[in-house]
Amino acid sequence: MLGGIFTPFEFEFFRNGLVVATLAGTLCGILGVFVVLRGMSYIGHGLSHAVFGGAAASAVMNVNYFAGAGIWGVASGVIIGRIARRRVIGADAAIGVVTTASFAMGLALLNRYGQAQKSIEAVLFGSVLGVKTIDIFAVGVVTLLVIATVVGLYRAFLFATFDPEVAQVSGVKVALIEAILMAMLSLTILVTMRVIGTLLISALLVIPASVARMLTNSFAKMLFISPIVGAVSAFVGMYLSFHLDTSASATIILVGTLIFIVVYAVAGLRGRSRIAGLHSH
Amino acid sequence: MTPGVLVECAHISCAYDSTYAIRDVHFTMHKGDFVGIVGPSGSGKTTLLKSVLGMVTPVHGHVLKRDGLRMGYVPQVETVDWNFPVTVLEVVVMTRQTLGHWPRITKEERATALETLEKLGLGGLHNRHIRELSGGQQQRVFVARALFHRPELLVLDEPTSGVDVRTRHEILHLLADLHEDGVSIMLTTHDLNGLAAHLPRVVCMNTDLIADGAPVDVLTSEVLERTYGAPMEVLLHGGMPVVVDQGGVDIAKRLGSL
Repeated sequence: MLGGIFTPFEFEFFRNGLVVATLAGTLCGILGVFVVLRGMSYIGHGLSHAVFGGAAASAVMNVNYFAGAGIWGVASGVIIGRIARRRVIGADAAIGVVTTASFAMGLALLNRYGQAQKSIEAVLFGSVLGVKTIDIFAVGVVTLLVIATVVGLYRAFLFATFDPEVAQVSGVKVALIEAILMAMLSLTILVTMRVIGTLLISALLVIPASVARMLTNSFAKMLFISPIVGAVSAFVGMYLSFHLDTSASATIILVGTLIFIVVYAVAGLRGRSRIAGLHSH
Repeated sequence: MTPGVLVECAHISCAYDSTYAIRDVHFTMHKGDFVGIVGPSGSGKTTLLKSVLGMVTPVHGHVLKRDGLRMGYVPQVETVDWNFPVTVLEVVVMTRQTLGHWPRITKEERATALETLEKLGLGGLHNRHIRELSGGQQQRVFVARALFHRPELLVLDEPTSGVDVRTRHEILHLLADLHEDGVSIMLTTHDLNGLAAHLPRVVCMNTDLIADGAPVDVLTSEVLERTYGAPMEVLLHGGMPVVVDQGGVDIAKRLGSL
């Protein structure tokens, strides 16, 4: 029985995949707080499509994946931030325009010079079997970098997210903070996309932060709860996927969704009992 | 810069796309001033305020500020998401960026914030989520946040919009207290009788600056008609101007109320 429980850990590919997925859950959990509170839930989906464009271009031009897709992704993120700040069109439209254009360009390049079908599947679902040591190292470094940045610039991030106009007047460099956030998001997508795929990135950027929002009214606590929910979903989902023989990405999303449903139901019950308490007084 | 001057807008014009929001406005804010900017919607009140704050750059003219001038800004309460997960205390300390960006609120920051909240009648509410406050309390949290920065000039955008009469009085008393403590104040308002008429200095705007001075000199039928493009009568009540909306009187007559 115990042997069955620990069987997955005997495989190196599983251990590597588990580490990357859990780190990705933590990382997306942190950044997801900003994504959800800024109403940019589709940024993960969009940026991962943009990074796909960069990945395709770098493959065609024989440039290193991290360098090519990284520069492309960060540039897309910064452009989205700039367009959204001008407020002529909303952040959602800015994400839609920039990222689909980038995706289309990547697709056209692959149609012309490579194998489009295979690459698109890999982009959507990733491949935990293909995790290399460099992937673990890259995700680890980005996780540390994001934690250090968010803690170090905590108040600037909080102020720029809550009230950008007053933050600007009070000396916060709002444009810089937004560029840093977009760069962190792009880097996160860059180092996790090959392994966990765009669907999971999008889910991990939205579900843990939404769960955390339902559990607390404090920004600081949200930044603690969200990465924990992300990491737990990823860890449990990866583990279950081995036993159930299901896609790792899909199982992680379903575990996260289950947590969301439970918390949503409990939060609703708590709210109703509070109202009932008011009636009884 | 002339001693005693905090901000000087020297013949500034600001435009959005190809339309002037304000045109050739010359406005000076002195230390100790308490100024209300009035005018119809779209008259450039908020643009003037944002020029002073440095949020809008004039296309002509320039804005001069005294070196090291500390400004606090209180936007309209509708501008933020009140469901955002922050407590009153977290909002108040936001403006303090100089002490480092670490998440923890220091003892000194906490003490100053609690003292400021107490002063504004928000004592004991520091751990509340911002959504749990009334409109007037939310407005005062914004004032507390601006004061936490220890500003010499406090700039408020329509501080009494959407609040009831009692809250309006509370906000006015609060601003009068701050003014007595030496804070210079500049605000925009639509409320001529409830707010502007009580202030020492009123500026009437409608893209151009139409009048600038004491309420008794500025709030006249002629100036208000030029500002609002609608007939208005001004009565004096205890030496204070009271604006009667002549258009409103005509409508009441038509409806048989008068």
